[in-house]
Amino acid sequence: MRGYITRRVLATIPVLLVVAVFVFLLLRLTPGDPAAIIAGDTATDAQIAAIRHNLGLDQPIVVQFALWVGQLLHGNLGTSILSGKTVASLIADRAPPTIWLATITMVLTIVVAVPMGVLAAWRHKTWVDHLIMSLSVLGFSVPVFVIGYLLIGLFAVDLHWFPVQGYTPPSQDFWAFLQKMILPAITLASIYVALIARMTRASLLDVLGEDYVRTARAKGIAERKVLFRHALRNAAIPVMTVIGTGFALLISGVVVTESVFNIPGLGRLTVDAIFSRDYPTIQALILLTSGIYIAVNLLIDLSYTLLDPRIRY
Amino acid sequence: MPAVNIENLRVAVTRGGPEVVKGISLTIERGETVCLVGESGSGKSVTSLAAMGLLPKGSLEIRGGKIEIDGEDALAASPAALRRMRASKMAMIFQEPMTALNPVMRVGDQIDEVLKEHTKMPAPEREKRVLDILEQVGLPDIARVRMSFPHQLSGGQRQRIMIAMALVLEPVLLIADEPTTALDVTTQKQILKLIKDLQVDHGTAVLFITHDMGVVSEIADRVYVMNHGDMVEDGPIGALLRTPQKEYTRKLLSAVPSLVPRPGREKPQKAPVLDVNNLEKIYGATSLFAKAAGTRAVDDVSFNILPGRTLGIVGESGSGKSTVARCIMRLIDPSKGQVRIDGTDIVGFSRQGLQPHRAKFQMVFQDPYRSLNPRLTVGESIIEAPVNYGISRTLAMERARELMVEVGLPADAVGRYPHQFSGGQRQRIAIARAVAMEPKLLVADEAVSALDVSVQAQVLDLLDRLQRKSGFGMLFITHDLRVAAQICDEVVVMSRGKIVEAGPADRVLGAPSDPYTRSLIDAAPGRDWDFANFRPMARAEGA
Repeated sequence: MRGYITRRVLATIPVLLVVAVFVFLLLRLTPGDPAAIIAGDTATDAQIAAIRHNLGLDQPIVVQFALWVGQLLHGNLGTSILSGKTVASLIADRAPPTIWLATITMVLTIVVAVPMGVLAAWRHKTWVDHLIMSLSVLGFSVPVFVIGYLLIGLFAVDLHWFPVQGYTPPSQDFWAFLQKMILPAITLASIYVALIARMTRASLLDVLGEDYVRTARAKGIAERKVLFRHALRNAAIPVMTVIGTGFALLISGVVVTESVFNIPGLGRLTVDAIFSRDYPTIQALILLTSGIYIAVNLLIDLSYTLLDPRIRY
Repeated sequence: MPAVNIENLRVAVTRGGPEVVKGISLTIERGETVCLVGESGSGKSVTSLAAMGLLPKGSLEIRGGKIEIDGEDALAASPAALRRMRASKMAMIFQEPMTALNPVMRVGDQIDEVLKEHTKMPAPEREKRVLDILEQVGLPDIARVRMSFPHQLSGGQRQRIMIAMALVLEPVLLIADEPTTALDVTTQKQILKLIKDLQVDHGTAVLFITHDMGVVSEIADRVYVMNHGDMVEDGPIGALLRTPQKEYTRKLLSAVPSLVPRPGREKPQKAPVLDVNNLEKIYGATSLFAKAAGTRAVDDVSFNILPGRTLGIVGESGSGKSTVARCIMRLIDPSKGQVRIDGTDIVGFSRQGLQPHRAKFQMVFQDPYRSLNPRLTVGESIIEAPVNYGISRTLAMERARELMVEVGLPADAVGRYPHQFSGGQRQRIAIARAVAMEPKLLVADEAVSALDVSVQAQVLDLLDRLQRKSGFGMLFITHDLRVAAQICDEVVVMSRGKIVEAGPADRVLGAPSDPYTRSLIDAAPGRDWDFANFRPMARAEGA
């Protein structure tokens, strides 16, 4: 087990390296010059060249890359071209709202989607099943920002139940924090609920056809216990896998949701950094995202051993 | 009062579908073992599921009749009452012990669950009861077994767990649906004895569902025979085996292959089509990180097959017999040794290098339900290989139609899909596909194991006929000694990757010299009965 974890962690190094090279090159190949953006509309060519020199952007790409990787190895993510702050401090500032949003979204998703999936499977081919499946098609097909604006229009603008947008740290005012988090979390969760409810249903339907479920029924076990004790745990692995891969979706979902609800999180930071061609910030954010993605999937793989005693690494 | 009384039971496909059980009646007294026999589709399993109230919802429903368990009307019972009757009055064990237990729950907990659900026993008492029943079903090291997960136990041990779970509340009725079909003969013998012993101790009524007449002759007090949802005949075991009244029963008994090997055929003076030398297969040793030496699945195996002859490899699961077949087919790569087919050693060839030789050896697999591509018409399946070898589609299809007739199917059935055929018909198609390449060697891996006895006899007959006609050598892998006795010229007995005995079929099966071979033959159910002649075996004096 420990050997397996070590191997998996070591395996992230080449992955992150490839991501680093890829992001670095991609950014330099996209049109748009950060120096020109910083200098503004009225700048002369000489001024832009001076800024470019200061930022080190006039050096060959290979040298730039070597400098950046050298910094990274010292734990230095670099300095934002736009704000002049260190990228590390930018991320530290912007991380909490996003972490909160992601956590609440995930909890909300699991609490809603798994029971929905179980119910649909249990009442397979009845109106309950059809209703839940129709809702999940809706959750899939309506874009995140449409759901966001619909929720704002209904619950914030018309009903005044929740604030329209913004963010308050929970340490400052917990109630305000919750109120402001609810709508974005629902928005972001909608697609996951659809995905995971479907997956839970499909996986559970498979398991309900298994011999050991028939055995449990033959033992005279109450249907509720058959469902939760025997079926659900066996159905959990595919669901966990989807939650893991869904994490990639969450990151893109956060970008849109934070923009719609004006939350100062990593998603907004990413959008701002991209618009201003803030190379060090974009690079750091993408590396961070890949790192988190890999870590989450490792955790998911490890969770299999808790769910299924047959799986050992 | 009988333990079970079923009267005029009718079960049908829902929404006005056809009846699959057509008004059958059956009674079982306490302490009695009743065998319900019949071929697939006879309705025997449906009858048992109906008794348990476990018919698949939305596809089968009870149309009428009466089911009384220990005097209690099971059909009139509410779902909750029926649930309470399960495990406490009636219990069931199933065919496939590998999948019948929840893989993520400790087996002790799975037995404990029954007690929790149906009794108010406190935890320490339940634990004692679980250990007690584990002991009764003859499991070793019960403290460890109780904490094990199913995958840590063997098939036989799992079936013992199932039996423990079924009997922990001492129900009046135990329904056993093909409980030993998936087990090796020696394990089967032990499980049958266990069921018998427990039944004597507890006075349980047993409804034993099986297609295996050998098993029936070993355990039944009375027998019911079903066919297409009808009860054909019933009677005490001796009378039914000696003087069956109905044509169908006679046919069923006559189809049971005899354990007495068929007379030897003359050996042709020709070069072997298959010559296997010192074959070895080690699993798991090639990995860079492997610490263990790997599992020796096949160890120093040598034999050869002459044209027009059949060699059978028999052995229990894990003996390495299927691994040998796969090595010969190069579906897996042998670790060592030679496999000469028609004089050419195929072990060293790359996949591409092997391609021109592939046509010479073809395979028929065990499960005809999964070995044909469901999206291709059977004609397409048959011509796929010939077309790959450059034969024109029209020509190949013409040949496919001939082959269909040869295997006993209509020529125009080439346009149909696999699901439109029965299991036996599909196996005929699989055989047609294999012989379409006019191979020198046909490898049949448990090719008749999934089939009913009557169908089994027909397919064996077909293989024999095709062999006489085209003279291919056949490697026949089977766990069933009866089948081996009927089709093989030579028999190789394998155990734990090694050959323990080899020779002409009549010698190996008739007068085995190795203790393992003898134990296999001793464990074969119904070996004392000559089914086809409706009498006990004439045993040689002093044998």
